[in-house]
Amino acid sequence: MVTELPAAQPGARNGREEGVWQVLRTVMDPEIPVLSIVDLGIVRYVHQDKGATRVGITPTYSGCPATEVILGAVHEALEHHGLRDVIVETVLSPPWSSEWLSEAGRWRLELFGICAPSAQRPEASCPRCGSRDAELVSEFGSTPCKAHYRCGTCREPFDVFKCI
Amino acid sequence: MTSTLPAQARFRYVLRLADTSLVLGQRLGEWVGHAPALEEDLALANIALDLIGQARLLLAYAGEIEGRGRDEDALAFLRDAPQFCNVSLAEQPNGGFGRTIVRQFLLDAWQLELYEALAGSADARLAEIAAKALKETRYHLRFSAGWLVRLGDGTAESHARVSQALAALWRFTEELLTPDALDEQMAAAGVAPPLATLRPRWEGRVAEVLEEATLKRPEAARHPWHGKRGVHTEHLGHMLAEMQHLPRTYPGARW
Repeated sequence: MVTELPAAQPGARNGREEGVWQVLRTVMDPEIPVLSIVDLGIVRYVHQDKGATRVGITPTYSGCPATEVILGAVHEALEHHGLRDVIVETVLSPPWSSEWLSEAGRWRLELFGICAPSAQRPEASCPRCGSRDAELVSEFGSTPCKAHYRCGTCREPFDVFKCI
Repeated sequence: MTSTLPAQARFRYVLRLADTSLVLGQRLGEWVGHAPALEEDLALANIALDLIGQARLLLAYAGEIEGRGRDEDALAFLRDAPQFCNVSLAEQPNGGFGRTIVRQFLLDAWQLELYEALAGSADARLAEIAAKALKETRYHLRFSAGWLVRLGDGTAESHARVSQALAALWRFTEELLTPDALDEQMAAAGVAPPLATLRPRWEGRVAEVLEEATLKRPEAARHPWHGKRGVHTEHLGHMLAEMQHLPRTYPGARW
């Protein structure tokens, strides 16, 4: 049994596992193209199992339509880099949490115009002007993982990564 | 513990959970392009996606338990109404936005209690699906309870509409909380919670929101309904005719 990593933290990895992680860092979320699936925290493990390498991916939301696209993109990227005998598995437990977003991922989201609160910093702030005067418009946004806010200072609408 | 249960019983129980999410998700999907505001259109579509996602996980599991090669699509699209085991409340028509919110609130509050208990199920696969669904359901309930309060404690018109909806839908709630032989069998095996333990929690949560919404709890519902045993109101067949039309007319069709 492999230890579940809270996010993509470096552990003791052999060369092949490290190679797989490197390729996975180039696979982007199709809905948020600045965010790799490793930064999103949905890659749960990469480990050697006899001849094959097992990759565990967890969906963010049960019905997220991006999940199947991501699974396809992972296969394609690994094949493109000559990494064969990789088994990509869907893992449900423990359920994904927005706390698994990496720090680099949060930073990239902010630059992209999406506010990404965390348990330490739960309040939403405008990614454009930095104002904390943010008003919730709807708990549901353009994708399952985002809510919709409006800035009270610059009046621009913006997305917030939901904390779940 | 769960292995001593007959596969047929486990299959039927998982189908009940799956069908309730699937049917409710399909109903919410009917709002796409028709909701009163863009934000609510997105919200209802997002909730529908979560529900259909939960249904897919549950249907795939049900198909594995059954072991006859039926996958999630075969179970969703190639069964007729009497083989569906959703609770009757889920299949009730959308009506206006207020009626949809009342139906959603009553079911969100129920699914929340149910998934919370199922997250500790003796059936490990069911437990992990429930733990995932629970996070989503908390979010759904915030939406539906929030809207119920706004509409109930809103204008005379919005108050009257949700009051009527509550009166019309309340009779379907008894089915959510009344166990039949299968529910009892699952509870005895530690797979599902005894519905008697859910009742006070559900009633308490519902009473709290109804009070804030200035709505009166209708009189006790006497008719238990039997959706989970496959005896449905006339609405399910019409809904399935639309939902299943394409895969039945063009078997094996792909995008």
